[in-house]
Amino acid sequence: MSKTISVKNKSNSQRLEVLKTYKIYIGGQFPRTESGRFYTPLDATGKKLANVCLSSRKDFRDAVVVARNACSSWGNRAAFNRSQILYRMAEMLEGRKLQFIDELMQQGSSKIKAKEEVALSIDRLIYYSGWCDKYQQLFSSVNPVASSHFNFSVPEPTGVVSIIAPQSSSLLGLVSVIAPVIAGGNTCIVLSSETKPLCAITFAEVINSSDVPAGVVNILTGKVAELAPWFVAHMDVNATIYCEADKAMQKMFKEKSAMNVKRIFFYDKIDWTKEKGQSPYFIFDTQEIKTTWHPIEPIGASGGGY
Amino acid sequence: MATKKKNNTIKLNFDTVRNYAPALESKSAATIKPQYDLFINGKFEKPLSKKYFSTINPSNEEKLSEVAEANTADVNRAVKAARSAYEKVWKKMAAKERAKYIFRIARIIQEKARELSIIETLDGGKPIRESRDFDIPAAANHFFYYAGWADKLEYAFPNRNANPLGVAGQIIPWNFPLLMAAWKIAPALATGNTVVLKSAETTPLTALKLAEIIQEADLPAGVVNIITGGGETGAALVNHTDINKIAFTGSTEVGKIIQKATAGTNKKLTLELGGKAANIIFEDAALDEAVEGVINGIYFNQGQVCCAGSRLYIQESVAKEVIKKLKDRLESLIVGDPLDKNTDVGAINSRQQLETIQKYLKIGQQEGAEKYESSCALPQKGFWCRPTLFTNVAQSNRIAQEEIFGPVLAILTFRTDDEIIEKANNSPYGLSAGVWTDKGSKIFNMTKRLKAGVVWANTFNKFDPTAPFGGYKESGYGREGGLHGLMPYVNLSNK
Repeated sequence: MSKTISVKNKSNSQRLEVLKTYKIYIGGQFPRTESGRFYTPLDATGKKLANVCLSSRKDFRDAVVVARNACSSWGNRAAFNRSQILYRMAEMLEGRKLQFIDELMQQGSSKIKAKEEVALSIDRLIYYSGWCDKYQQLFSSVNPVASSHFNFSVPEPTGVVSIIAPQSSSLLGLVSVIAPVIAGGNTCIVLSSETKPLCAITFAEVINSSDVPAGVVNILTGKVAELAPWFVAHMDVNATIYCEADKAMQKMFKEKSAMNVKRIFFYDKIDWTKEKGQSPYFIFDTQEIKTTWHPIEPIGASGGGY
Repeated sequence: MATKKKNNTIKLNFDTVRNYAPALESKSAATIKPQYDLFINGKFEKPLSKKYFSTINPSNEEKLSEVAEANTADVNRAVKAARSAYEKVWKKMAAKERAKYIFRIARIIQEKARELSIIETLDGGKPIRESRDFDIPAAANHFFYYAGWADKLEYAFPNRNANPLGVAGQIIPWNFPLLMAAWKIAPALATGNTVVLKSAETTPLTALKLAEIIQEADLPAGVVNIITGGGETGAALVNHTDINKIAFTGSTEVGKIIQKATAGTNKKLTLELGGKAANIIFEDAALDEAVEGVINGIYFNQGQVCCAGSRLYIQESVAKEVIKKLKDRLESLIVGDPLDKNTDVGAINSRQQLETIQKYLKIGQQEGAEKYESSCALPQKGFWCRPTLFTNVAQSNRIAQEEIFGPVLAILTFRTDDEIIEKANNSPYGLSAGVWTDKGSKIFNMTKRLKAGVVWANTFNKFDPTAPFGGYKESGYGREGGLHGLMPYVNLSNK
């Protein structure tokens, strides 16, 4: 019986397409949301894109735990090594261009626009790959203090960053906000575009095959309105990035960020397709400046306060 | 003075009191008016609130002067003056001319250093040695340093133009009154902003003296406005709709309120908040120097320092020896009249702060830590607290977790590098930290892993206008000092 069917299908040159299950990305693995919930984003013609995980607060909290654990190994890794890993991400993305173009088109993009967006996304990764071992020299200083001390200031990653990715730019926006954060040695939890989540999960596969350590980038899909308050309220998150101009949301972000003096950034005026959509100052945003002092002379002679 | 014991350790003997002849700085070198008004638009103006409040000398509770209490209407006037000065004068002025005004302010502070030190000590209770040798010269230096930046901003941020923000509202604390005013005003002016600064409730006088200096320097009217008042005045400033920037130094509690209050506005915000610095002594450290550094770290300015080294971690093998040395050293600190040049530890800034410290002294004992304090006599009047340390402190104790802001040291021990990093970083704060060891590679291992904005290695509590200062985590964000200190006062635009 089954043989007959397969023969028949073959003869009609019809093959049943294998649909992809879009799962979320936490700690280097692709689990389903713990909540078991899903939502169904539609394309421009009203056709179903996929059943996508409707991530929960608990998914986010789990992701923060793995992101925190990944912090020290990623932040302390040689900058050159981080640079190579970002470059590897670009290589992987380049190799899977067609898949991303296809997904972007499913999400409503024209073929030309989709090609452009993928190319820009690859170039953006290369751009930040290059910055990994250069921004430190740009933003650090040796300070000519008046006392007899050797004194210098260097940027260090701020820690765990939660990001609500740009809603309208499914791949380029996502890459543009993740790259500077991880180039700077931070780890992150990203909520993808709500209506165009496909590229985000496929991009997680790129990350997963690029030697990015587990937990450095975690990607969730779901509703911004539901998850955003948790993204900014979590006490073990050091900074939050939000990319829309929604004033009420921005106010909510700022209010909740006060709970643990979180650093907060609104990238709501950035056109990610333009040159202004990339700069080392994006890296600087999620850096802390540390100033270190040491006496130059024998410490006993430096003249204590008492 | 010293008797040698069998085990070759030196015990200092303080049985015979080492009497220093009093060496009082003269109050006559300072002029304090009986009453001060608000400094708005280049003039001292009567407050619309019609209210004044007293400022006292915390070392004897005598009234020094009374200052105006600015209400919302007064804040409005000040912001209006600052806005007008920004639009009409300051942002149009050639940067090199702006620089010269700021240089002038630095110079006049230097000229009046002695008077300012005396007033700082009278109003705040800190030892004259500290206000004379640290607060006032550091304030002048800060103006001098940032003055030079004014016409060089195009070199500060590669590929970007640095544009002023507009009017900056600045709120400063009572622990380093003039120095904090300098830290706030100098970079704001250098970058082309105008200022409304609110001084702290208990220490308004040197800020008002600075207003006189600014007048004397002929700074265009309204570029700097200095108002006095308490929390309500500060809130009016934070909530004012025509302010572009808030800079606040103070408690984490108030900092959070301000961060929340600026939600829904475009105000740029920087916060320099509390701390609970870990000061770490390894067994290979030069212990005598480390002890000096620890003493300076926690008893400098009576411990009322946001970056004070209030958590001391000693490697177990040397803990006993270090604690003994610390106790000896504690005993030799001279506590008393802040105007006496011999004084090491002065008065607590206010009754309220003294009560906070005393609350923590009780908590420490209730939690089972062992209290040890100097046996020094305290003056009858004023707000005083003996230099104190606690041993047998647990990491979870409140005196090891919360900022006390007083001369109280919590002592803990550790064995390994990983353990101490875990303990030191286990705090919501991240302002400063200290490391004492003779091994270079260990210094860098520690300074790299400590989550703090300022790390002192084999030294402590050092500051410089060129050295960026500010916190990680709940100790705030933004830096003051150095090139990085310009960033909070500019918008960067593409070239």
